[in-house]
Amino acid sequence: MPQHIALKDPHRESRIYSARTVAAVLAVACALGAVLARYYSLQITEYETYRTQSERNRVQLQPLPPKRGLIFDRNGILLADNTPSFILSVVKERVGDLDATLAELQTLVPISESDLEKFHEKLQRRRPYEAVPLHFRLTEEERARLAVNLYRLPGVVVDAQLLRHYPHGELFSHALGYVGRINEREAFELDESDYRGTFHVGKVGVEKYYEDMLHGDVGYQNVETNAHGRVLRVLERHDPNPGADLTLHLDIRIQQAAFDALGDRRGAVVAIDPRTGGVLALVSTPGFDTNLFVNGISTADYSALRDSLDVPLFNRAIQGQYPPGSTVKPFMGMAGLESGLVTPETTVPDPGWYRLPGDSRRYRDWILRIRGTGHAPKVDLNMAIAESCDIYFYDLARRLTIDRMHDFLLPFGLGVRTGIDTTNERRGVLPSTRWKREAMAQAWYPGETLSAGIGQGYMLATPMQLAVATSVMASKGLRHTPRLLQAIDGQPVEAPLLEPIAASEMNWQAVHEGMLEVVHGRRGTAKGLAKDIQYRMAGKTGTAQVIGIAQNAVYNEDEVAERHRHHGLFIAFAPYESPTIAVAIIVENGGGSSAASPIARKVIDTWLLGEAS
Amino acid sequence: MGDYVRQMPHHGSADLARRPGLADRFHIDLPLLLLLMALTAYGLIVLYSASGQSMGAVIRQARYFVVAYGIMILGAQLSLQRYMRWAPWLYLVGVATLVAVMVAGVGAKGAQRWLAIGGFRFQPSEIMKLVVPMAVAWYLADRILPPSLKYVMVSLVLVGRPSALILQQPDLGTALLIAASGLFVLYLSGIGWSYIVGAIVVAALSAWPAWLFVLKDYQKQRILTMLDPESDKLGAGWNIIQSKTAIGSGGWDGKGWLNGTQSHLDFLPESHTDFIIAVLAEEFGLRGILLLLALYALILLRGFWIGMRAQTSFGRMMAGSLTLTFFVYIFVNMGMVAGLLPVVGVPLPLVSAGGTSIVTLMAGFGILMAVSTEKRMVAH
Repeated sequence: MPQHIALKDPHRESRIYSARTVAAVLAVACALGAVLARYYSLQITEYETYRTQSERNRVQLQPLPPKRGLIFDRNGILLADNTPSFILSVVKERVGDLDATLAELQTLVPISESDLEKFHEKLQRRRPYEAVPLHFRLTEEERARLAVNLYRLPGVVVDAQLLRHYPHGELFSHALGYVGRINEREAFELDESDYRGTFHVGKVGVEKYYEDMLHGDVGYQNVETNAHGRVLRVLERHDPNPGADLTLHLDIRIQQAAFDALGDRRGAVVAIDPRTGGVLALVSTPGFDTNLFVNGISTADYSALRDSLDVPLFNRAIQGQYPPGSTVKPFMGMAGLESGLVTPETTVPDPGWYRLPGDSRRYRDWILRIRGTGHAPKVDLNMAIAESCDIYFYDLARRLTIDRMHDFLLPFGLGVRTGIDTTNERRGVLPSTRWKREAMAQAWYPGETLSAGIGQGYMLATPMQLAVATSVMASKGLRHTPRLLQAIDGQPVEAPLLEPIAASEMNWQAVHEGMLEVVHGRRGTAKGLAKDIQYRMAGKTGTAQVIGIAQNAVYNEDEVAERHRHHGLFIAFAPYESPTIAVAIIVENGGGSSAASPIARKVIDTWLLGEAS
Repeated sequence: MGDYVRQMPHHGSADLARRPGLADRFHIDLPLLLLLMALTAYGLIVLYSASGQSMGAVIRQARYFVVAYGIMILGAQLSLQRYMRWAPWLYLVGVATLVAVMVAGVGAKGAQRWLAIGGFRFQPSEIMKLVVPMAVAWYLADRILPPSLKYVMVSLVLVGRPSALILQQPDLGTALLIAASGLFVLYLSGIGWSYIVGAIVVAALSAWPAWLFVLKDYQKQRILTMLDPESDKLGAGWNIIQSKTAIGSGGWDGKGWLNGTQSHLDFLPESHTDFIIAVLAEEFGLRGILLLLALYALILLRGFWIGMRAQTSFGRMMAGSLTLTFFVYIFVNMGMVAGLLPVVGVPLPLVSAGGTSIVTLMAGFGILMAVSTEKRMVAH
């Protein structure tokens, strides 16, 4: 082109512009088409997915934890109730920085290490948007402090829940057990849906044994929530079924009497009504405040309990296994009479010691070191029980042999778990040749039979077993599986009956008379108990060695360290004519049975007369 | 023949004989006005629901509209020559205020966008949405089109300077809109396709360095979130997941007005502002979306039509650029809420609550109407 004239050409510009506009319209149409396709895909193709998601967003299924059943004593006194408690929980999804929030909360509320540990544990197995409890039982002041700061702590929730409370704390610690926060292992074992919204479960004792009844059935509600988790309205509600209220045979008066009588000594008291098998008292001292465990016990409190020499967490009444000592003698007497080896008139010469034929070793009677001689030249069954003559029972044991002794004592409940409705019961030891072969892979020695005859050696029994045996003795052979539970929601339940011991009335009478003499006889080993007594009591004293005593050594109480002193035992039932209570008592390192027998008097007085003497 | 013929009305003597109506007298493009009013009404209905049935929010929005319609009508009265005369000065003042914002601006949500003048808060970047294309159109209007490379380069500087300033505020959404509005002018001026393709290639190639050096962390996060919202379900992905849920659960029929659970239960963030389309989609379903898109499409078509019929290069380029910018609003907003595009702060035009964008958009339509009546002004 020779010359280019720089002139605007409106026509050409307009044409170019129109072409550009057409291209732009096409591009716009494509882009809007793509947007439309996107909305079509979301709203039509994937409609179901998003509808479900929106529904799930909106509607939340919330568990309604059931109210845990209450526990009453036989008089209707509340032993375990539920008190409203404010809980601090955290919804992790709504918290920005969890660590910062926890640190912030720690400045407002004392959150313990175990709180945090449990919190993180539970955090692992929560559902999305589920509130995880961090701290239980907020005080008024803590609640107020939180309320002021809640606005800047998203995801932090304070709400009320009923929490287990034990109004009598230590008094019933071993009788009831306690609930505690569900731990990882329990969470695995429990029915997950049944325990949604429930943070606690029975850990030991009645609380654990009757967990299914006490827990009740979980309810739920469908609620519409907003994105902040606030419930806007309830769409559907299924109320939870509260747990059953349990009434126990326990009598708070007897429990208190036993607890007071034990005082600060270590020991256990079990009382059973022989007519029903109901457990009237189950005390083990020292106890502990079970309320500590409900909220998650602090490490310091727990190690103090765990490391105490007095082992307060140990339930001596059902877990403590002690040599029954002379308390086994009435049962041995029954064995002798029923086996036909002795009659009430049979006598044994008592020089104060006993010697097995062909053996030079002398088995001494306890009275030898006091009087230098035996109880009497000739001792019969009545005197043997009343004065706790060892020689009589050495001779009887030898003639009975260990295996027949085992067979006769077994129905009294020794050597087997009584089956009481609580947890962690131990079975004791009722030795036999077979037992020794299996447990120790050793043969039985004849001398061991003599020890067993007076409740020493291998023989071990729990206070519960002794109380059951005493109850069977008192009721002349009536056998129950002992029961703490008396009624469920007011409906009485019976203790399971076992096959009774069929023995002759004369034989029962003979042994009973011996036990009566223990308390009321002139030379009874517990004759002090009969002072000012308003009823007749049958009993038997016992002493259990803690350390072995060499052949000729003389045992001197004062010289032995407190924890090496003998355990004092006592079993009793009353009223003699028609017994309504059988008790077994052990006082650890009490020195002798005199530490235990006054406790029986107080317990039985309370039961029969309404107050301790 | 050009000018001479164009002075003759297309439809013959009937058009000449007709007395100018009210709309003509006030330079109103009636079809555009009716479409805008329909869109406004639709938007207010959705806003009532999206704001949690707050009549106060609707009244506040309606008040913005009254002001905005007023500004639009005022804008329509001005001749294009006046706009052209003002363009360079407006541009200089605009860039100066942007610099002032950098120095003495008022911050909100971590970004400096506002300038406070005597208790009145004012966002200069909004005005630049109109001023930048106006300046580019002014600059190119008297050149021979398509422009030569030199003019293209100057135009790019005119676009780039304010965009860069706004990007620094930082306000990626507005910066993109402003850059686009200026570039649309260039596009409509007829620059060669080779420039356009070249620019796209350069943009694609510079994406990686831009990712490394230009984009801020939160902007990168938004892009990553768009690509995979599930990766950060409770953080940045929450908005997208919730808005997609709201849209999808609307289906064809929608849940019904005021019955959208996602928004009414606060699952949907920003439900009455940037994410209002999700409320519309949830409550009115795809039918509601189609109605909205139809309104938008008609407005766009009317805008393009006005541009095609414009008499001067300036008018043409302004009309086309404003229309295309309006389209960018629609596309970016609807795309980001549906998870097609990263989340940038672009409102749904004339529907989202908020006075600033409404006033700017309606002022733009005022200019558009000025273009549409330009022909008659020449004719009389």
